[in-house]
Amino acid sequence: MSTTAVGQTSAGQFRTIRGQAPVPFSRLLQVEIRKQVDTRSGRALLVVIAALTALILIPGVVVGRADDVTFRSLIGLASSPQLMLLPVIGILAATSEWSQRTGLVTFALEPRRHLVILAKLAGALLVGIASFLVAIGFAAVAQVAATIFRDSPGDWAIVWSALGQTFLALVIMIAQGVGFGILLQNSAVAIVTFFVLPTLFSIVTSVVSFLSSTAAWYDLSVATSPLLSGDINGEGWAKLAVASLIWVVAPLGAGLVRVLRREVK
Amino acid sequence: MITVENLTKRYGGFTAVDDVSFTAQPGRVTGFLGPNGAGKSTAMRAICGLTPATSGTTRVLGRPYRELPNPGRHVGILLDAAAQHAGRTGREVLVLGALTMGVPLVKVEQTLDLVGLTPQEARRRIKNYSLGMRQRLGIGLALLGEPEVLILDEPVNGLDPAGIRWMRQLLRGFADEGGTVLLSSHLLLEMEAISDDLVVIGHGKIVAAGPQESLLAAPGSQVSSLDDETLHKALVRAGYSATANPGGGLDTSAEPKSVGILALEAGVALTALSANRGHGLESLFFELTADHGRDEVAA
Repeated sequence: MSTTAVGQTSAGQFRTIRGQAPVPFSRLLQVEIRKQVDTRSGRALLVVIAALTALILIPGVVVGRADDVTFRSLIGLASSPQLMLLPVIGILAATSEWSQRTGLVTFALEPRRHLVILAKLAGALLVGIASFLVAIGFAAVAQVAATIFRDSPGDWAIVWSALGQTFLALVIMIAQGVGFGILLQNSAVAIVTFFVLPTLFSIVTSVVSFLSSTAAWYDLSVATSPLLSGDINGEGWAKLAVASLIWVVAPLGAGLVRVLRREVK
Repeated sequence: MITVENLTKRYGGFTAVDDVSFTAQPGRVTGFLGPNGAGKSTAMRAICGLTPATSGTTRVLGRPYRELPNPGRHVGILLDAAAQHAGRTGREVLVLGALTMGVPLVKVEQTLDLVGLTPQEARRRIKNYSLGMRQRLGIGLALLGEPEVLILDEPVNGLDPAGIRWMRQLLRGFADEGGTVLLSSHLLLEMEAISDDLVVIGHGKIVAAGPQESLLAAPGSQVSSLDDETLHKALVRAGYSATANPGGGLDTSAEPKSVGILALEAGVALTALSANRGHGLESLFFELTADHGRDEVAA
C-alpha cells in the first residue's frame, strides 16, 4: 500500500483548500463528451447513425435521374438520419445520470450542477456537429461515386446559408433532446416522449382547424421545416423562435430547476 | 473533519434523519452504525450536498460540501458501489474521475493496483463485476483524488474476509496519517474492528455516540478465584451484584480494578479476571434492529 494513496503529500502535509482551484468548465466538457462515447451503447448509437447515413445515400446515388444528383441534395438526404437520431445522444447524456445512477458520483465531484448540465448540452452539440460533419463527408463520397458511375453533372455547389440552417436545426433538435432528458430523467420515458409527443401534438393541431392555422408558431416540426429546405424568412424566424421557446428552452429551463432541486440518490 | 449540527431530513411526514449532531475527527475512524433504514445513507448524502437538508448544517473541512473547490481532491466518497454505468469499464470510471478532478492519469493505474483490480478486471464492463469488485472500484474512486476525508457508505458489503481485512488496514493507515474517516455499517462486529469512535443511529436519531471503548465497555467483569464464596460475599458487601456461574467463577457488576482491590482485602487469590465487553452496546443495537424486524446478518 503506497502512502500517496491516503491523501498526503511527501511533506506529510495535507493540501489546503485554498490551494485548490474549482474544476474548470473545459474539464467538465471533456468528461461529458467522453461519457457519451465510452459505453458500448453510446458508441453503438453513433455507429448506427453513421451506417444509416451511408445506407440512405445509396438510393440517392443509384435511383432517379443522374442529372438530379447534386452535393446539396445528397447532404439533404444524409442529414435526415442525423436529425432524427442525434437527439437521442443528448437524451442519454442527460438521463444516464439517473437511469444508471452515476449522478451520485458526478454531482459529488462537481456540486455546481448547472455547470454539469451546461457541459452535457455543449458536449452533445459538439458530438452532434462532429457526426454531421462525417455525414457531409459521406455525402461527398456519394457525390464522387455518382459522377464516376452515373455520369452525373458533378454539381458541388454548396449554399452556405442552407447548410447553416441545417446545422441550426440539428442544434435545436439536440438541445431539445437534452432538455427532455434533464426534465424527465429516465432514458426510456424521455426517448418515447421525445418522439411521440411532438407527433401527437402535430396530429392534434392538424385535426383541430383553429389550431392548424397557427401550428407553425408552436409546432416545432412545422417551424423547423423551412430551415431544412433552407428558405426561412422573417416570419419563419419568429415562428421558429416561439416554437423553440416552447419545445427547447422551456424543457431545458424546467429540467435545470429540477436537477438543481432534486435529491441525488 | 466532518461536523454535523442538528441535521434533520423529512420526506413528507416521514423523518428520515432527526436532529442528528456529531463530529468525525481527523486521525480517527468514525463508525456510523445503525440497522438498515436508520437514516445513515440519507445523513451521508446530506453531508455530501446530494440531499438537501430540511434543517441543520453539515460541514466538511469547515465548509458546506458544496462550497469546496474541486471537492474530489478533499473528500473521497463512496455512497453506493452499485451506482455505476453498467456498460463502462472499471478503468474508464477512474479515468472519468481523474479527468474531472485534474489528477494525472498515471494515478489511475496506481489506484487500480492499490485496490487490487487486475488490468484484465479493469478492462471489463462493470455489469460483469461482483459486488466486491464494485466496492474495490468505488474505494479506488474515493482515494483517487488523494483526499483527506473519506465518506464511505457500507464499504465492506460484499467484500470477502481478505477484502474486509484489507479495508480495515487501509482505513487504519488513512486515519493514522491524519485523515478523517466516516464509514457506515449495519454490522456491529465489523464496526468494532474498524472504528475508533461510534455514532449509533436508530429511527433517524442518535442513540449513542462516543469513543468505542467507552461505549462497548459495560461496567462489570468476570472473575474466578480460589475462594469464590468469600469473594462473592465481599462483592455484595461492597454494593456490587454478583452471581455464581455454574461452571465456577462469578459475574459481577464491579470493574476489574474494584474486584482486584476487594479480593486483596478479602485475601482471596484470583485465578482469572476480565472486563465485560460489548454487552451494553450490543443489547442497545439489538433492540434497535429488533424494532425494525431485521436481524443483523453476517457478511
